[in-house]
Amino acid sequence: MSTSTSSAVKAAFDIEEIRAQFPILKELVHGKPLVYFDNAATSQKPRRVIKAESTYYATINANVHRGVHTLSTKATEAQEASRETIRTHLNAKHAHEVIFTSGTTASINLAANSLGQLLLKKGDEVVISGMEHHSNIVPWQLACERHGAVLKVIPISESGEWDFPSANQLISSSANRVRILAISHVSNTLGTINPVKELVAEAKKRGIVTVVDGAQAVPHLKVDVQDLGCDFYAFSGHKAYGPTGIGVLYGREELLEKMPPWQGGGEMIDQVTLEKSTWAKLPFKFEAGTPNIAGIIGLGEAIRWMNDYDLVAMAAHERTLREHATKELLAIEGLRIIGTAKEKVGVVSFVIDGVHHYDLGTLLDQQGIAVRTGHHCTQPLMERFGVSGTTRASFACFNTNAEVDAMVAATKKAVKMLR
Amino acid sequence: MTQVGTIDQAQDEVIDEFLFFKDWQDRYEHLIELGKDLPLIAPERKTDDNLIRGCQSRVWLFAELKDGSIHFSADSDSMITKGIVSLLVRILDMRRPAEVIKISLADLYSIERIGLREHLFTTRSNGLVAMLDQMKRYAVAYSTQA
Repeated sequence: MSTSTSSAVKAAFDIEEIRAQFPILKELVHGKPLVYFDNAATSQKPRRVIKAESTYYATINANVHRGVHTLSTKATEAQEASRETIRTHLNAKHAHEVIFTSGTTASINLAANSLGQLLLKKGDEVVISGMEHHSNIVPWQLACERHGAVLKVIPISESGEWDFPSANQLISSSANRVRILAISHVSNTLGTINPVKELVAEAKKRGIVTVVDGAQAVPHLKVDVQDLGCDFYAFSGHKAYGPTGIGVLYGREELLEKMPPWQGGGEMIDQVTLEKSTWAKLPFKFEAGTPNIAGIIGLGEAIRWMNDYDLVAMAAHERTLREHATKELLAIEGLRIIGTAKEKVGVVSFVIDGVHHYDLGTLLDQQGIAVRTGHHCTQPLMERFGVSGTTRASFACFNTNAEVDAMVAATKKAVKMLR
Repeated sequence: MTQVGTIDQAQDEVIDEFLFFKDWQDRYEHLIELGKDLPLIAPERKTDDNLIRGCQSRVWLFAELKDGSIHFSADSDSMITKGIVSLLVRILDMRRPAEVIKISLADLYSIERIGLREHLFTTRSNGLVAMLDQMKRYAVAYSTQA
């Protein structure tokens, strides 16, 4: 398995060359070619990622950091090479600032539990935004409940963006009680790219610890945690061409050192007596138990795979898809796009008068087109826009304009059937 | 008043009807049409108590006992879901509670045969399973009165 850093970035963006690497794109659904537009839920995987996982199991499977035998050494090396790949990709200062978790949800729960214990006292405040995924709401509600803190919410504008002045006002409350700001980099439902760097800078001036949910950003944007200036950054492997069940919590060393461990078990200890234990060094203090070694190796390979391409060209391709879809969909009578921010990733969320999203999703599926319908785990946001759910098409680098045309035609057909 | 014919006879009739349609579009169009025949729940009964909770579409279901048989009425904000409830009602309406209690998902072979297999999964939010469960709960409740 390749653990070397990638060769030169591929010069041209060749969509056919990219598509050829995704075996699943050859599948038929209801006898029709699969059009996969549910990448914000989980992306498809290139062959290299699938192979990296299976090669691990077939050739070097062993537990990490424990054995003295050769396989254990090789597995440990492959795992730590992935950590280094991710460190480089996020531009973190240290590899030990990269903590492996089971996904964004686990990353945020770790942050909320451990930071909550370190920072939150009765009457303190945690600020989130009104467009958060439930996994960046509920862990903070629980933490606030445990410590008697209060959750404050940044309001969302009609275009699906933070109301920045209100956000600023919330974090600069005169009582100075805000301890944590937890916000998403990119909205999973709307695709909005939030001005995270600007708000983090405001928070930092006031000593507020910042946690960024980057689940929807890492697959589409070049993320630099030092440039963003955030203290924590969470993402999942499976939305970024990697395996399921693996994610990352980046945390700034200084804070990670101060934070208490969240889960206890093997791998995370230094010494254990029956009276008291002492903790292992970073990152292991936060990685109790045998990690998802195959997933870590697969995630490392996914990030290497992405870096073989010009990420800017990839983003430009996804932007073309989004603009094309937006224009064509808007020609359908009674169709309204939810989320019209200027800066968006390849996500188009929409509602159609007189058409239930569940019906549309079902009829699109019959035509081989996979979209997500419903509230997308953002019920407060749905309430904000006064809808019970939307139909969401979310694009990845392997999608094409021809697929967008197929979705638009299929949508028109479905609407005709439903009206 | 009870339904003429057995549950299986009602299902076979549904299958015959659907087998007439060759492609998905005709099948779904027919399902949507069937939804329009659903005995609608009275507006005042469209309450949260009668709502079958699912995260995608809303289904209200109500049942009353008349002459020892159960009569269902329902509604949904999704046309496809409405079609599916309508199928279930067609098969299970106007039967003795004891008959409805006995029915399991596996007994509803017609659903798979007419190409609506994807609606059978319990994980699917508009699971037919939840609807069937609710119908059976009514049957259990009325079984003591029938």
